[in-house]
Amino acid sequence: MYTQALNSSDGDDRRVEDVARASQFQARIDADERIEPNDWMPAAYRKTLTRQISQHAHSEIVGMLPEGNWITRAPSLRRKAALLAKVQDECGHGLYLYAAAETLGTSREELVDGMLSGKAKYSSIFNYPTLTWADIGTIGWLVDGAAIMNQIPLCRCSYGPYARAMIRVCKEESFHQRQGFEIMVTLCRGTAEQKAMAQNALDRWWWPVLMMFGPPDQVSQHSDTSTKWKIKRFSNDELRQKFIDATVPQAEFLGLTIPDPGMKQNENGSWVHSPIDWDEFKQVLAGNGPCNRDRLAARRKAHEEGAWVREAAMAYAEKRKSRQLAQAAE
Amino acid sequence: MATANIEVSETPLVLYALRRADDALILGHRLSEWCGHAPAMEEDMALANMGLDLLGQARELYTYAAKVEGRGNDEDKFAYLRDVRQYRNLLLVEQPNGDFARTMVRQFFYAAFADLYWRAMMASSDPTFAAIAAKSEKESAYHLRHSSEWIVRLGDGTEESHRRAQDAIDDLWAYTGEMFAVDDGERGLIDAGIAIDPAALKSRWLKAVTGIVNEATLALPKSDWMQQGGRVGSHSEHLGHLLSELQSLQRTFPGATW
Repeated sequence: MYTQALNSSDGDDRRVEDVARASQFQARIDADERIEPNDWMPAAYRKTLTRQISQHAHSEIVGMLPEGNWITRAPSLRRKAALLAKVQDECGHGLYLYAAAETLGTSREELVDGMLSGKAKYSSIFNYPTLTWADIGTIGWLVDGAAIMNQIPLCRCSYGPYARAMIRVCKEESFHQRQGFEIMVTLCRGTAEQKAMAQNALDRWWWPVLMMFGPPDQVSQHSDTSTKWKIKRFSNDELRQKFIDATVPQAEFLGLTIPDPGMKQNENGSWVHSPIDWDEFKQVLAGNGPCNRDRLAARRKAHEEGAWVREAAMAYAEKRKSRQLAQAAE
Repeated sequence: MATANIEVSETPLVLYALRRADDALILGHRLSEWCGHAPAMEEDMALANMGLDLLGQARELYTYAAKVEGRGNDEDKFAYLRDVRQYRNLLLVEQPNGDFARTMVRQFFYAAFADLYWRAMMASSDPTFAAIAAKSEKESAYHLRHSSEWIVRLGDGTEESHRRAQDAIDDLWAYTGEMFAVDDGERGLIDAGIAIDPAALKSRWLKAVTGIVNEATLALPKSDWMQQGGRVGSHSEHLGHLLSELQSLQRTFPGATW
């Protein structure tokens, strides 16, 4: 999920090694062929995809934390089971995506280290706190809803392993989205306190969710190459608009108010939002969101406290191997 | 204002179902506390998986208890509106996660019992118990396999993992005896063929546990002093904290539907 905002270039690596191969490669892409791990590809294509897929994987893994925050407090056993299963799905997506990224030649350990050191990015949305149960509904409804908008086009991405991962991930995400919306329906049909909880969650999440689609098209970097390579098929603003137009009637159905008093419908029926506070987005990406430090600290703690377990597993595997070798030699 | 605790008519059959439901819920809850914080992503998946199995078992058992009781209680009322003295789970399952070794030893001791228990319960004369047992047996077999593998890896891994695993065994051993205890109410159910006699599983449990512990180069404690009390609501201090978290929304917003 959550990569639309992240495909910014961190260096100019567009040197084309081999003009003939490059044009062949582009011809395959233009013909809507899938690129597979053993195929030749430009170094910049490999690099862009490694970054995008691994950021996507990091987002899944860090994304376990805000929702995991409510597993032990879920208000019914049915909700508890659904939430635990959902967060488990996210972990599965992370594993699946790291595996897809590894097909491009970088190990999972290296990719994870990049995230733990703070060097690699993950989606800004997970740096906001989950304060009430309504946040769990809102994340499913809006965050997963936005992720689906981003990911459906990625199912046709030119890189085969990523596209195939996205097909499976999208199926689960749309299930999560419906689950989230159902939580919101229940809250909005509940007591006045529950409805107020739902409205408050929408108020807090609305703008950060719009930021998930990334900077406006005029300032978005790197889109041209990604578009040419058919990694990216829609612009940030196009996807954002699609999301808003799909979400407004859902909010109406719930009886909730989108916290944008200036939002107007244009002659095509699209909803035009007020300006987004891109300074907030930059601050969150720079590490200054409300939970950036907590999220990284939690991941690092799990990694560090798990070190002795992983070492034990390695040591045991080594012992077993040498015992088997010794046995075979007898 | 907090919602009052429900009243439960603890007939032997209701109590029997509630005790097993509470075991599954509390252990499942403990496992769910790991989610997002496990030593490896694969283990995040596995712990959540086992937690979900146990949560599923708890829901079926609570639903059955509610049906037998017939007083309008349901799975959520049992889980969210009973206080610590009304909970009937084993002391073992409420023990805090601690480090990964402690979580795995707790899982191993319990799963080694649950595996035998559910397999035997498949022959229950009560069709609901027999059906729950048939499903739970498959799940417990996996929990046992998974936790056994970890006990061996940790015990026969590094010096540190060996020490941590041995500490966990030493600390949790005294909570294993309760699994085999039977009171008068349960004796009646055993005689009626509804329940099985857990005492009959003990030697097989000990053999299975000893086998894995030996393979792991670990040792079981010599002491045979066993803690009891969970089955009658005399818990450790840990359970109250778990419940205050588990029940917080239901207690804060009485009567709301979620």
